[in-house]
Amino acid sequence: MRTSRAAQVAAFGAVVVAAQLAASGAGKAFFLTQLTMSAYYTLAVLGLSLLMGYAGQISLGQAGFFAIGGYTSALLTTLDLSSRRGHPAVAALVRLHLATPRPDLFGGQVLGLSPWLACLAAVVLGAAVAVALGVPVLRLRGHYLAMATLAFGTIVSSIAVGTQALGAADGISGVPPFELVPGLRVGGGSADRVPNYYLAWGLVALAMLLLLNLIHSRTGRALAAIHGAEDAARAMGVDAGALKLRTFVLAAVTATVSGVLLTHYNGGIGPSEAGVMKSVRYVAIVAVGGMGSLWGTLTASAVLNFLSLRGYFGAYDDAVFGGILVAVMLFFPDGILAADLRALLSRVAPRRAPGEET
Amino acid sequence: MALLEVDRVSKRFGGVQAVRGVSFRVEEGTVKGLIGPNGAGKTTLFDLVSGFRAPDEGTIRFRDRRVDGRPPHEAAALGMSRTFQNLKVFPHMTALENVMVGRHVRSTGGFVSGMLHTPRSRREERAIAQAALEAMEFVGIAGLAGIPAGSLSYGQQRGVELARALASEPALLLLDEPAAGLNMRETADLAGLIGRIRERGVTVLVVEHDMSLVMSVSDEVAVLCFGEKIADAAPRAVQENADVVRVYLGE
Amino acid sequence: MTLELLLQYLVAGLTYGSIYAVVAIGFNIIYNATGIINFAQGEFVMLGGMIAVSLSRAVPLPLAVAGAVAATAAVGALVEVAFVRWLKRPGVLRLIVITIGVAILLREGALAAWGEGVRSLPYFTGDEVSAISLAGARVSPQVLWVLGTTALIVAFLSFFFGHTMVGWEMRACASNREAAALCGIPTRNLVTLSFVLSAAIGALAGCVVSPITYTSYAIGGPLAIKGFTVAILGGLGNSGGAVAAGLVLGVLESLSVSLLPTAYKDVVTLTILLAILVVRPSGLFGSREASRLRDFG
Repeated sequence: MRTSRAAQVAAFGAVVVAAQLAASGAGKAFFLTQLTMSAYYTLAVLGLSLLMGYAGQISLGQAGFFAIGGYTSALLTTLDLSSRRGHPAVAALVRLHLATPRPDLFGGQVLGLSPWLACLAAVVLGAAVAVALGVPVLRLRGHYLAMATLAFGTIVSSIAVGTQALGAADGISGVPPFELVPGLRVGGGSADRVPNYYLAWGLVALAMLLLLNLIHSRTGRALAAIHGAEDAARAMGVDAGALKLRTFVLAAVTATVSGVLLTHYNGGIGPSEAGVMKSVRYVAIVAVGGMGSLWGTLTASAVLNFLSLRGYFGAYDDAVFGGILVAVMLFFPDGILAADLRALLSRVAPRRAPGEET
Repeated sequence: MALLEVDRVSKRFGGVQAVRGVSFRVEEGTVKGLIGPNGAGKTTLFDLVSGFRAPDEGTIRFRDRRVDGRPPHEAAALGMSRTFQNLKVFPHMTALENVMVGRHVRSTGGFVSGMLHTPRSRREERAIAQAALEAMEFVGIAGLAGIPAGSLSYGQQRGVELARALASEPALLLLDEPAAGLNMRETADLAGLIGRIRERGVTVLVVEHDMSLVMSVSDEVAVLCFGEKIADAAPRAVQENADVVRVYLGE
Repeated sequence: MTLELLLQYLVAGLTYGSIYAVVAIGFNIIYNATGIINFAQGEFVMLGGMIAVSLSRAVPLPLAVAGAVAATAAVGALVEVAFVRWLKRPGVLRLIVITIGVAILLREGALAAWGEGVRSLPYFTGDEVSAISLAGARVSPQVLWVLGTTALIVAFLSFFFGHTMVGWEMRACASNREAAALCGIPTRNLVTLSFVLSAAIGALAGCVVSPITYTSYAIGGPLAIKGFTVAILGGLGNSGGAVAAGLVLGVLESLSVSLLPTAYKDVVTLTILLAILVVRPSGLFGSREASRLRDFG
């Protein structure tokens, strides 16, 4: 299984490289920008795919967590603490490189928190909210859970739009790039297009590997069991409630991280990222890709997000996703891509029985 | 101290008293049958013992620890395992994967070790698959390993559920109408299987309608009627019990 | 806060609240007949208003309203026939997602047909400035139209479900679909009827409230959420509860404006929804049985 998984990821890597070479070679290097953004959205979608496809829980609030990630990191990195330099806490942050001075647009110096600290804060906040929301809400079934997560997403969206400190309808801009390691950063201008592209899709590949590993592990099996026959799973010792909660938190954290990274890449965030339509979009993509199929979901996400970002759907963007949702649910409830992709991949990298290693 | 002690347990649903003051014991290493006409409360009793429902009154002790009101996954961790009357296999997972879930209480890998695919988790996966395969061989369905459980025949799915329940190496196995839908040959095989399970040291509590099966495998039989226990003795004695005969017309 | 201001808030709350109640009743009708929560319910209200405005350019107001109600009812029937009727044993997840998708399609269709602009029907009686004195507050006559229409809808539905053959059949269908079908009740058509009824009352509410609140392609979503909140609050399936809950929520929301910035008005409702779902999904007036979701199919 591991070889098969490695082969899958390698094949994926090849596709990523090929796409970049094609785009750059054809003089359409600007495609890479939209592809990079698609990659970050895909992170959020993958988490949702795990939640919906494996744990069988619907969430219409994924965009809410995306927004929590994006807004938290935007807020913390665009703070200006320079007026408080003297304060001991601020001085300590500077010494620890957790607060970094940057030049602002007017040639002055701004002191914001380091993107690493901001990212950490965002993830902690996202996870905390996910726990607070998940504990009461995951006991609910079907419609109730959908509505509760929808309500959550709308609350976040309303707060984002209605709060001056968060930029209200304009959102927050001027978010600095996120230097992951010296020399490698999320964001920046068109000169950084290619490195950003590989960084983004590299992160997606990493996420895929982790999730694929998870699915083929004891925990993944337990999740699938919950989805298959929850009572039987419980009778076999699976703590369904705890597992659902952890999956919910994991999905929330992937959305939060996705929000952080995309915000740094774009240099800003707006309230539309928190909106219900975004959450619906994520659900539509998971539905198209196949509820249980990570590769299917990744493909659907890459393609649909790219087309949407390039504006191919024009003014009918939301209508397209709505229509996709309906069509898939009516005619292909298992997802359009799921079946085919699995068959294709099993020819590329044959399945071994679990437990056998190379 | 018996392995399982059910003490004056009652349960009502709205206006219906499903179980009324039922007490019985299951001694370790024995097979106990639980019979009674439809609606007698057998399945409710099963749900109470396995943690799917909590009794309104009374206690249930397993290995001298109270289990009434505890959720099913805790009962499983303590050494109880069960099958279901209307089969609950995991339809989209292979038969082997189904049985591997049965090893859940005997393994520990979580989210992190799962995602990181640590050497330890890899070793554990091999061990889980191995144990699952053994359980399937014991039940006689090893050949079905790679087939999605949803496409198996009814009798085969019963086998999968049984192997799954056995995979956890339970101290107490609860069988909920295991012979339902089986033909005579399959039922005879089942009787033999239950005997072999007992030989392994697993205690069995079996709810069944099939009289010949219950009488042939059980060391003791308890009879429920309208939520109350009306007999509890060796099979022979129960068959000759006037109340029991009256309650059962035919069969 | 002066008494007069308080009364203004109250009247506003009751007005909006009765619209939420009508949306909730629409949810309940469909839920009772099928077990489905129709996320597109808010769009029916929107369509009623929008269609009426377009029709009112050509025909007198009463006809425009009647036409809008009929047209929206037809849309409701169409939705049921196209998306719901032929599904065999759909899972809950699938149905949720389908009705959400339908809601989006209706919304985007309205955007394509009418654009982004807000529009409104003329006041049924009087105009924007006319006002009636009601216990010291100055109230628009349209408010009376809203409250009166809501009362009429509730009365009509009580009569329908309580005293007509079709209404009884629908209740039988809601109670036990298989048994009803075995009795010869045309359950599939009654499901369509439930959609038609919900759409019609939604449309009527949309018409009567549009002079006050204006209508646009986007009002459906927020309305659906509030309507759902009210339906849950009143006990899913319980329309008497929905009325009470609607008025309560409307007033709460209205009063919250005096405490919090208006932008957070929605947050109040949504938090109430979350709280209710978590603490008492059977609502203030519903039974615990009702809170267990039915299966469709």
